[in-house]
Amino acid sequence: MRMNKSFDIKRITGMRLFMPIVCLLAVLLINVITTPGFFKISVNNGVLYGYIIDVINRASELVVLAVGMTLVTAASGGQDISVGAVMAVAAAICCQILSGGDVSTNAFQNPFVLAAIVSLLGAALCGAFNGFLVARLNIQPMVATLILFTAGRGIAQLITKGQITYVRVESYKLLGGYIGKCPIPTPIFAAVIVIGIIHFILKKTALGLYIESVGINATASRLVGLNSTMIKFLTYVICGFMAGIAGLIASSRIYSADANNIGLNLEMDAILAVALGGNVLGGGKFSLMGSVIGAYTIQALTTTLYAMNVSADQLPVYKAIVVVVIVTLQSPVFKKAVANLKIKRSTKKLAAEGGNQ
Amino acid sequence: MKKRLLAAFMCVAMSAALVAGCGSKGNTSDTETKDTGSDSESSVITVGFSQVGAESDWRTANSQSMKNTFSKENGYDLIFDDAQQKQENQITAIRNFIQQEVDYIVLAPVTETGWDTVLQEAKDADIPVIIVDRMVDVSDDDLFTAWVGSDFELEGKKACAWLNDYAEAKGMKEINIVDIQGTIGASAQIGRTKGLEDAVKEYGWNLLASQSGEFTQAKGQEVMESMLKQYDNINVVYCENDNEAFGAIDAIEAAGKTVGPDGDILVMSFDSTNAGLTDTLSGKIILNTECNPLHGPRVEEIIQKLKAGEAPDKLAYVDEGIFSYGADVASVTVDGKDYAVTEVTEDVISERAY
Repeated sequence: MRMNKSFDIKRITGMRLFMPIVCLLAVLLINVITTPGFFKISVNNGVLYGYIIDVINRASELVVLAVGMTLVTAASGGQDISVGAVMAVAAAICCQILSGGDVSTNAFQNPFVLAAIVSLLGAALCGAFNGFLVARLNIQPMVATLILFTAGRGIAQLITKGQITYVRVESYKLLGGYIGKCPIPTPIFAAVIVIGIIHFILKKTALGLYIESVGINATASRLVGLNSTMIKFLTYVICGFMAGIAGLIASSRIYSADANNIGLNLEMDAILAVALGGNVLGGGKFSLMGSVIGAYTIQALTTTLYAMNVSADQLPVYKAIVVVVIVTLQSPVFKKAVANLKIKRSTKKLAAEGGNQ
Repeated sequence: MKKRLLAAFMCVAMSAALVAGCGSKGNTSDTETKDTGSDSESSVITVGFSQVGAESDWRTANSQSMKNTFSKENGYDLIFDDAQQKQENQITAIRNFIQQEVDYIVLAPVTETGWDTVLQEAKDADIPVIIVDRMVDVSDDDLFTAWVGSDFELEGKKACAWLNDYAEAKGMKEINIVDIQGTIGASAQIGRTKGLEDAVKEYGWNLLASQSGEFTQAKGQEVMESMLKQYDNINVVYCENDNEAFGAIDAIEAAGKTVGPDGDILVMSFDSTNAGLTDTLSGKIILNTECNPLHGPRVEEIIQKLKAGEAPDKLAYVDEGIFSYGADVASVTVDGKDYAVTEVTEDVISERAY
């Protein structure tokens, strides 16, 4: 019986998602002590209301980005640092089409569906550009995506003519707000649907396996008949598309396209989410759910610090401390050290027991 | 082979970027630089203006004010340079101005530090430099002739003095205020926050929380959302620019509370952009303190003084108005000086280009 129980614990702690989940719970647990009302959810003004809802709602863009980033990381062993800028491009295209080129509009000049499709295509095109540089020309992912990282916001500025384009139409706020009388914020649905679709594709097709094998060894994968270039390219297109979705959500929240600020520094958070999810940034095996949990952890941390009333100039310091702790806990070296410590202890114990006999 | 291909590709990409970059902005300076350096007409004053960029409506209005003031009709020749948010571009522009032997240099610096060398060069060439908007941090204050800009602390003080008068007029017993700050370290944030903090001490208000909204609508919304959950009794929100105020209003309304004179929460804001004043007209923003981008006339005043051989003031502040919903408070007094409060009407908004 006892054997069985310890075996179970080992199996749980050995699971890939164990550490990411523990980290998320740890961040949430801080709130039980510092902010008693943190977990209270009520219905206010016909919609769900509470800190936890805020966390899940505000993390949506990051979750969507993290999904794309995970695939890119797994297949190419590098990160796409242009996602924040691509978000701005998608938002700029969408708002410009809706406003018909004006700075502000009170009615859709063009159908929303058209604007959404064109902006998502634009984002996917940005992804394809990155993918071409990385997969075809073999440029380091960080360097290749640096191009759009710097140029992306400039492109977005060109599209919006350097102004913030406002779309003051109620129905444009649906994606970032609430649909009808539904009490759950729409971004949560968007994130869940994205996770669902990608998860389904990875599970039902061999794409997940292909991505992992390309990430582990691209040459070997090619030799067994996989089109490594195509698979890498595809992950970048998907990542760009995801950035487009995130851009639309972010733009809908503020019913405008703010080329300077939409998705600003979000690429770093997305990479961090992938790392917090226990994924190796060097590529290969990956866990989509790990990244998703990582994304929620980051937003939980931000909201926690707001709730604790940490002043704005100290905010980054606290964030850094928590991130250092979480990343250390998950690092292979640290895990090995802990394992070694355990072995030492048990051998000592054994030796002591042996001595007694 | 691959490397060479890559190199070729990068070259193409770079030159394409250059063409694209210059295509959009460059043509303005092309037309305006045509006949500079020709000092034959002594009546024409040549002014070189290095602008940060065109990142906001405020900035566009700032550039427009300069262009309108230093027009050909007014007897000026303006060389306008858009630095696209880069200090190195501004330094290059100033060196160009020196080479072209302009009469005056006007600089809207992107950052505060790193100007010593190039300003020394301008001083050696005997060209007066007038700084606008942000301040420069140089070892020797003689490196620039004058500075024109906003007094952010005064803006904060004016807003707080108004709130105090308004609270008295309306019989508000308790003021529970939250501060949505700008980007930490920006001069606008420092001044406006200080104005509020001093007022809180002076009038005995209750400052519940301060958090940065980074001057953006999205952050303003997120921060307000969190503050509303923390405190039930907020009745004033002090937003340090219009964008933050838009976000805060959205968050308050989403939480089922109301803004405005008859609502639960009063929203105060700064900048007075066209969109901001539109919300002030409806009372969503109860008070909007102006941050005036129209620096042109003030800079011209200084240039005229210099031309006449007089010494201008080192620091010149632009006049800034106070715009409120309704006319409950006619004027406010700060440090013994009276400032009129303007009631926002359709006319005020239609006059506002930015």
